[in-house]
Amino acid sequence: MELRRFRQHGPHAWELPASGRMRVPGVIFASRELMEAMDEKVAEQVANVASLPGIVGAAYAMPDAHWGYGFPIGGVAAFDADEGGVVSAGGVGFDISCGVRTLHTGLTRADVEAHKKRLADVLYARIPAGVGSTGALRLAGAGMDAMLRGGARWAVAEGYGSEADLAHIEESGCAAGADPRAVSDMAKKRQRDEMGTLGSGNHYLEVQVVDEVFDAAAARAYGLARGDVVVSIHCGSRGLGHQIGTDYLREMVIAARDAGIALPDRELACAPLNSTLGQRYLGAMRAGINCALANRQILTHLAREAFAQVFPRVRLPILYDVSHNTCKEETHRVGDAHRRLFVHRKGATRAFGPGHAELPREYRDAGQPVLIGGSMGTASWILAGAAGTGERAFASACHGAGRAMSRSEALRRWHGRAVVDDLAARGILIRSPSWRGVAEEAPLAYKDVGAVVDAAERAGLAMKVARLAPLVCVKG
Amino acid sequence: MAWQTFGHEADIGVRGSGATLAQAFAGAATALTAVICDPAGVAARAPVGVACAAPDLELLLVDWLNALVFEMATRRMLFSRFDVRIEADAGGFRLAATAWGEAVDVARHQPAAEVKGASFCELAVVHGADGVWVAQCVVDV
Repeated sequence: MELRRFRQHGPHAWELPASGRMRVPGVIFASRELMEAMDEKVAEQVANVASLPGIVGAAYAMPDAHWGYGFPIGGVAAFDADEGGVVSAGGVGFDISCGVRTLHTGLTRADVEAHKKRLADVLYARIPAGVGSTGALRLAGAGMDAMLRGGARWAVAEGYGSEADLAHIEESGCAAGADPRAVSDMAKKRQRDEMGTLGSGNHYLEVQVVDEVFDAAAARAYGLARGDVVVSIHCGSRGLGHQIGTDYLREMVIAARDAGIALPDRELACAPLNSTLGQRYLGAMRAGINCALANRQILTHLAREAFAQVFPRVRLPILYDVSHNTCKEETHRVGDAHRRLFVHRKGATRAFGPGHAELPREYRDAGQPVLIGGSMGTASWILAGAAGTGERAFASACHGAGRAMSRSEALRRWHGRAVVDDLAARGILIRSPSWRGVAEEAPLAYKDVGAVVDAAERAGLAMKVARLAPLVCVKG
Repeated sequence: MAWQTFGHEADIGVRGSGATLAQAFAGAATALTAVICDPAGVAARAPVGVACAAPDLELLLVDWLNALVFEMATRRMLFSRFDVRIEADAGGFRLAATAWGEAVDVARHQPAAEVKGASFCELAVVHGADGVWVAQCVVDV
């Protein structure tokens, strides 16, 4: 990316001054190296987001930002309903509330190494993964609507987990204001037998070991120590969320054209927050969030069953659950005032700093756990929301590494079997239904997540707590 | 009819081309299957009817691909042959098609990634000076 048009504020904040249609500046948090490697499209998309009505402060991009649709992946933007602000289906994306959940196991690396192959096989047998997979549950009618209203809270009531799980999920496991009536029959049909499924692509369930601790106090607060084994689940709202995105993107594109709104990019299609369409989308999108939370709750239950088969006395309490494709109504300080804003995070993680009232008491001194996904052979990270990040990108941080190359290029370079064998030689067991899927998701097809995390910390977005190395990965 | 996929930083683009608009749409649909698996390995055994309508051709392409995504997801099928008809009407354009395919066989098809939806990114339906129709967009995987 050409850097001359940016004003640098310290080594890790790059301002794109407002010009042309932009109502506010754009700000990208990244190192010079990450900036230079970013596609020009990221700056173009940040500028386009900055042109949307009612945007507050700036259009932000995280260190892992890359070319998305309308919004960049890694984009953050907040809108004020009272100033004509909008909600954008493209600003949330197709995989509503895609996110990461991490579970403690109480096991050490030595415990797991002794039974690793069996654990991998049992997890793979119990976790539905990949194209065409279905869950054991069938949902329709009132049952589907109850799930869409209740999220993980519904799942716990149905026997998937316990009340204690809910305290360690954003919004205590249930997004308020979900409206199942705003979700199309097609979306519900797509979800009928997809509850408790991992999906495909970059979604996974991974058994990981804490291989380094960077902040002892925060790690203690999160219950982590070097050598501990955890489980991380990366997935989202499955077919229901995808169809909500499809339905509302189309409706917003047509509504914007009919209203004479010229969008710099149709994928930015949006509706005023104070409009029937905007409110309907919020109701549907929140139902999508609840679907994702319920899905991760059921997958947690399946992981617990699998672990119990191999390690009979082990429990898997939740460390935390974050969503990184959302629009959430939050209070943020802007200048001297506190304002209710609708914060879009597309490929970005909420990162409340220490003391935030919405954090569980046990995490309040450390800040919110920020769970950063890896890519089979590479590390994942646990960060903590940094003090004062409310002023920086509306308390947001990165979400992952981002692809370094296209899927077709990865397919040209690697064969899935060779990737699996190579990782096995490094002690990482992969279980996947598709060799091609593994090749497309080869670790080197992704950027260096360590560089992204370093930049997030140096930009003051979130602080490093622990690095996780993969032991077993069930890949969709 | 010809088809290809093209690169996008996070996802993948699908493109079809041909002497007619219908051929270009059929090509884009074949490229959609190629995002998931090798279309040559999908037997055209069972027909599924698809219909959609849109005010312009670009929206029609998005609707067509999304209709196929829906049918693949809910029927657990993959498609490899597409008989497409497109007509203009008072409201814009209307598409009626038959997609031929078979149930997903994970071991045989080795499907890599499901498609979440067709996006408006890199979306274009153009009739080139050489008379060739091209239909393309990026799909989210």
